[in-house]
Amino acid sequence: MIPYEDILSKRAQSLKPSGIRKFFDLLSSMEDVVALTVGQPDFITPWHIREAAIESLEGGHTYYTANAGMPELRRAIADYLHRRFNLSYDGRDEVIVTVGGSEAIDLALRAVLNPGDEVIIPMPSFVCYGPLTVLAGGVPVPIETKKEDGFKLTPEALRAAITERTKLLVLPFPNNPTGAIMTEEDLLAIADVLCGTNILILSDEIYAELTYGRRHVSIASIPDMYERTILVSGFSKAYAMTGWRLGYIAAPAPLAKEMLKLHQYALMCAPTASQFAALEATKNGDGDIEEMRAEYDRRRSFLLAGLGELGLPCFPAEGAFYLYPYIGGYGLSSEEFCERLLYEEGCAIVPGTAFGEVGEGYARISYAYSMHHLKEALVRIGNFLRKLEK
Amino acid sequence: MKELLHLIEKDATLTPDMLARMCNKDEGEIRTMIAEWERTGVILGRRTLIDWDRAGEETVRAMIEVKINHKGSYAYEKLASRIRNYPEVKSLYLMSGGYDFLVIVEGKSMKEVAFFVSDKLSSHEMVISTATHFVLNTYKENHVEFKIPAQDERISELL
Repeated sequence: MIPYEDILSKRAQSLKPSGIRKFFDLLSSMEDVVALTVGQPDFITPWHIREAAIESLEGGHTYYTANAGMPELRRAIADYLHRRFNLSYDGRDEVIVTVGGSEAIDLALRAVLNPGDEVIIPMPSFVCYGPLTVLAGGVPVPIETKKEDGFKLTPEALRAAITERTKLLVLPFPNNPTGAIMTEEDLLAIADVLCGTNILILSDEIYAELTYGRRHVSIASIPDMYERTILVSGFSKAYAMTGWRLGYIAAPAPLAKEMLKLHQYALMCAPTASQFAALEATKNGDGDIEEMRAEYDRRRSFLLAGLGELGLPCFPAEGAFYLYPYIGGYGLSSEEFCERLLYEEGCAIVPGTAFGEVGEGYARISYAYSMHHLKEALVRIGNFLRKLEK
Repeated sequence: MKELLHLIEKDATLTPDMLARMCNKDEGEIRTMIAEWERTGVILGRRTLIDWDRAGEETVRAMIEVKINHKGSYAYEKLASRIRNYPEVKSLYLMSGGYDFLVIVEGKSMKEVAFFVSDKLSSHEMVISTATHFVLNTYKENHVEFKIPAQDERISELL
């Protein structure tokens, strides 16, 4: 019998699986559950984008593209970033088309980290940053973001976490799970701390199109930050293209060049049909983005009003499609609260501890669901809270 | 408030209370607007879209092209005000192109529809000719695809 534990990668084995497995096992065993757990859009990819992919297949475009992605797509992404966020990247050597934003994050970390380099990660945030940092030989350094700061990264917290081993700051805004955004003023304060250092930034802007009330500002547009920023984004959330696996990196040419090497060796290129779809999306999808964003905004308003009436304090997040209410006031841990809500009322929300210990006392509610689904969820949450209050 | 109209058009079950929360408006204001739209004929009704075939009840639908011998808005109004009264007439449109009216008629059988066309439409003094086309299958109507709604395939246990 092969002793797998002894011979498999220690680093891989050191990564922990989801801390709330029990919750998801319970969820999958139950019926008639109104779940608000999913982290991907409920929209289907707009037809004209699907059609572009179908036509590319009918036209026989089934070969690899250039490693960095089709040149027209890279140009179109650069145009899009300029048009939507006032950023200037050269599509020829500063944009790489990746297999989802996920690959882009992985490339950035592997291209940048030497063994023992520290990566500052604001928490709570998407669960992949820590494990991918470890896999790339780095050391994750979590910083807790706080409700009283609107779950933003503060310059004080950043300054306190920087050591001589700090290589990279992850800036995941708009944020999953809190929905927090960083305004231009917030980013200027962060830029102030980083100016004069050699610390790089991995700016995960996958939710950039989903902001309510003001447009997203990229750290790459802040003076002196462009040279150190690896901007990661993609098509999953803005265009409801999660299953297509299409993302991109935009970064200064010397950074992009290194990342491209890794991409070439590991993946060759992103799926060709998805690239054709993405090209159509970037050229003609601005209206679709706006329609979906407006619908998310209505759901957000509806949910905030509803949670407010139930007496569940909720930070009025301005980004992504999540709300992050505080549920710690009932004497139950996040996991206990969510398990009981699921078991007793058939309503599923994600315990904040899914995103690390800092999530204790919170839960993530996704509003990537129809209005009627949200309405029913509020009824069930209301029933549960009334029970707890007795 | 065209946004509000689009929302109500898509989903007539949205209550004023829900609409108020969705659009950050006062519920009373929404009720007033809806009442005004109903009064002025902007909102004409709320009907439910049913797939009668799937419900197990056979209906026959036909699209009838009608050519008339008089032209001009007076003539069109005169005939339209007659045809629109028939309960069998589901829809009635004045058209550009090779014919004048498109009449959509529903009945229990092809015979019933055909007799309606000959008794009530072709027989009218203003009607020169009719061409009846029967609907064989409905794929989409009022922006709604006629198929069993897909279940939510999304998986919760991802990151």
